[in-house]
Amino acid sequence: METIKRFTINNELGIHARTAAMIVELAKNFNSKLYIKKNDEEVDGRSILSILTLSCPRGSEIQVRIVGEDSKEFMDALTELIENGFGED
Amino acid sequence: MVHKKNRPKTVYGIPASPGIVIGKAHIIDRSKVKVMYHYLISDDLVDHEVARFREAVKKAKEQLTTLKDRLPDYVKDHAFILESHRMILEDSMVYDATVKHITEDKINAEWALKKTLLDIRSVFQEIDDEYISNRINDVENVIERILRNLSGKQQESLLDLKERVIVVAHDISPEDAAEINTAKIMGFVTNVGAKTSHTAIIAQALGLPAVMGLGNITDIVEEGCLLIVDGNTGEVVIQPDDDAIIYYHERQIQRERYRSSIIRTSHLPANTLDGQEIVVMANAEFADETQAVRDNGGAGIGLYRTEFLYLKSNGFPSEEELFNDYRQVAETIAPDPVTIRTLDLGGDKFLSYSNKKEANPALGLRAIRLSLKNPQVFRVQIRAILRASAYGNIRIMFPMISGLSEIQAANRILTEVKKDLDDTGMDYNRDIKVGIMIEIPSAVVIADILAHQIDFFNIGTNDLIQYALAVDRTNEDVAYLYKPFHPAILRMISQVITAADNAGIEVSLCGAMAGEPCCVPILVGGGMKKLSVNIQSIPLVKKIIRSISLKDAQSCFKDIMKLTTANQVEAYIKAFMKDLLPELGENAFL
Repeated sequence: METIKRFTINNELGIHARTAAMIVELAKNFNSKLYIKKNDEEVDGRSILSILTLSCPRGSEIQVRIVGEDSKEFMDALTELIENGFGED
Repeated sequence: MVHKKNRPKTVYGIPASPGIVIGKAHIIDRSKVKVMYHYLISDDLVDHEVARFREAVKKAKEQLTTLKDRLPDYVKDHAFILESHRMILEDSMVYDATVKHITEDKINAEWALKKTLLDIRSVFQEIDDEYISNRINDVENVIERILRNLSGKQQESLLDLKERVIVVAHDISPEDAAEINTAKIMGFVTNVGAKTSHTAIIAQALGLPAVMGLGNITDIVEEGCLLIVDGNTGEVVIQPDDDAIIYYHERQIQRERYRSSIIRTSHLPANTLDGQEIVVMANAEFADETQAVRDNGGAGIGLYRTEFLYLKSNGFPSEEELFNDYRQVAETIAPDPVTIRTLDLGGDKFLSYSNKKEANPALGLRAIRLSLKNPQVFRVQIRAILRASAYGNIRIMFPMISGLSEIQAANRILTEVKKDLDDTGMDYNRDIKVGIMIEIPSAVVIADILAHQIDFFNIGTNDLIQYALAVDRTNEDVAYLYKPFHPAILRMISQVITAADNAGIEVSLCGAMAGEPCCVPILVGGGMKKLSVNIQSIPLVKKIIRSISLKDAQSCFKDIMKLTTANQVEAYIKAFMKDLLPELGENAFL
């Protein structure tokens, strides 16, 4: 099963080391594969370094693709994380 | 460059933590592991090589976990760095890529790791964002650790020290900080770092003398050689001769004795002989310093710097984080006041993804200018300060004010945030006092105008001298022009005091000048009633005030205002101090 969703990164600092780490940490709770795409580049969402190389400052548009059995639950949890600005104020 | 044996050599760095210590050097070698063997492996050795690599990664993971558990409280915030290093260990760009190099290219694990690092480096070099491309340092750190494990070479731990030593290092990493044993470490000297770097903070917290920013101290010191570290002056003497050892040993004893004698009286109010009270407060930067403020007899905090929380984390600190910090300071210092200065940073240090290089940062987007340009960030800080004001005697102060409109803009935001807090029923001090730093010459000239808009002035002499005399004191070619005793500076200070007195508002002075023993009589004589100085300087400043009458200080100030050059002023005040406190001698002991 595949779930795809687009996001705009709205937190002040964009995706930096701490936020990327949060994504990787979250992914550990799920079995599905996670891919994050910006412009035409798609990377492994379980790799903190790969996520960083996408370079997503505030305002970046990204597409998240999750493939696997728990893709829906995974996407819900990720949506919450991103839309809450990764807990930044 | 290797120094000649038996010839003492003195080098100068940044005095990062006070005290004098004489001891043996111990060099902490954090240099890279040299990979000696690059070799191709036969098919049947591939599994063996992969297993070696897995084992080294596993060990690295355990090491990082142990380190994280051992982190002492004052560096707890580094836990995240160690956590992210652990993630990098298992990252597919590192782990899977290295396994792939081993199995496909048939090369040994060390070589494969080097290739992995080169690959990652080339990807990161392409990235425009300086903050992200700098993360390559974390990757290097992690790969270095795996290489070290592969080589079987143990990373030397500070816990393994057998005798008392002065640690000589390029820098002290968060990993090292977790292992500091004060019974074995007498002091630090490092190549990099400044007064606010982690090592300095740790050294100050532990009361260990430290000199930092020495550039190449790890190259010029030999293991086991004798060192003298003077954390007050920034001097490091390598291979001192007997004369130097005796000289510093005496100073060490003298300093201890003198400090303990003045510290005994530091709780007494700083009243002049004829009964004028001068309030001596502390400049502080960390909530942990409040106990030291009290111990040294500070009547509150006249300048609480707030940059640290913004510099140490990758993101902006949250409102809660700031609030908790300010609240803790306010509660422990109450009923004495704490003057919190809003963020005083240059833009370069602030927005991790802004790559704009300013041609002239000292005159650029910084301090209040930066705050007003990023109102959403400024608001968070103002909210935190206001909320904390419910728990103690907090005052708020804006840095780098050049004219009226900045005060108005900052006050507008303050009013809006107050209204927000009112709307949500949050508690805060509605009559919170608001003041400004006077550190730009234009603010001095129109001090009479500005005085009507706020509750207090605080003169920041470090920047004021730099801007008024157009001198960058870190530029060694012009540093000689940086003169606190310049008649222009003394007149400016006097002018601000007059403007404040006429408007009936309070004026204080922070900055290095307030803590200089020689400056105290001049400032007191010029009418300054409040000084804010480094914590360690409080006892001596109070002692000087108690040794002089206001009348004598005033006539000293009057004489000095007639002098025409900084050198004349300096000569005058030196003679004056010699009469006043002969035991002070040439050294200030600060």
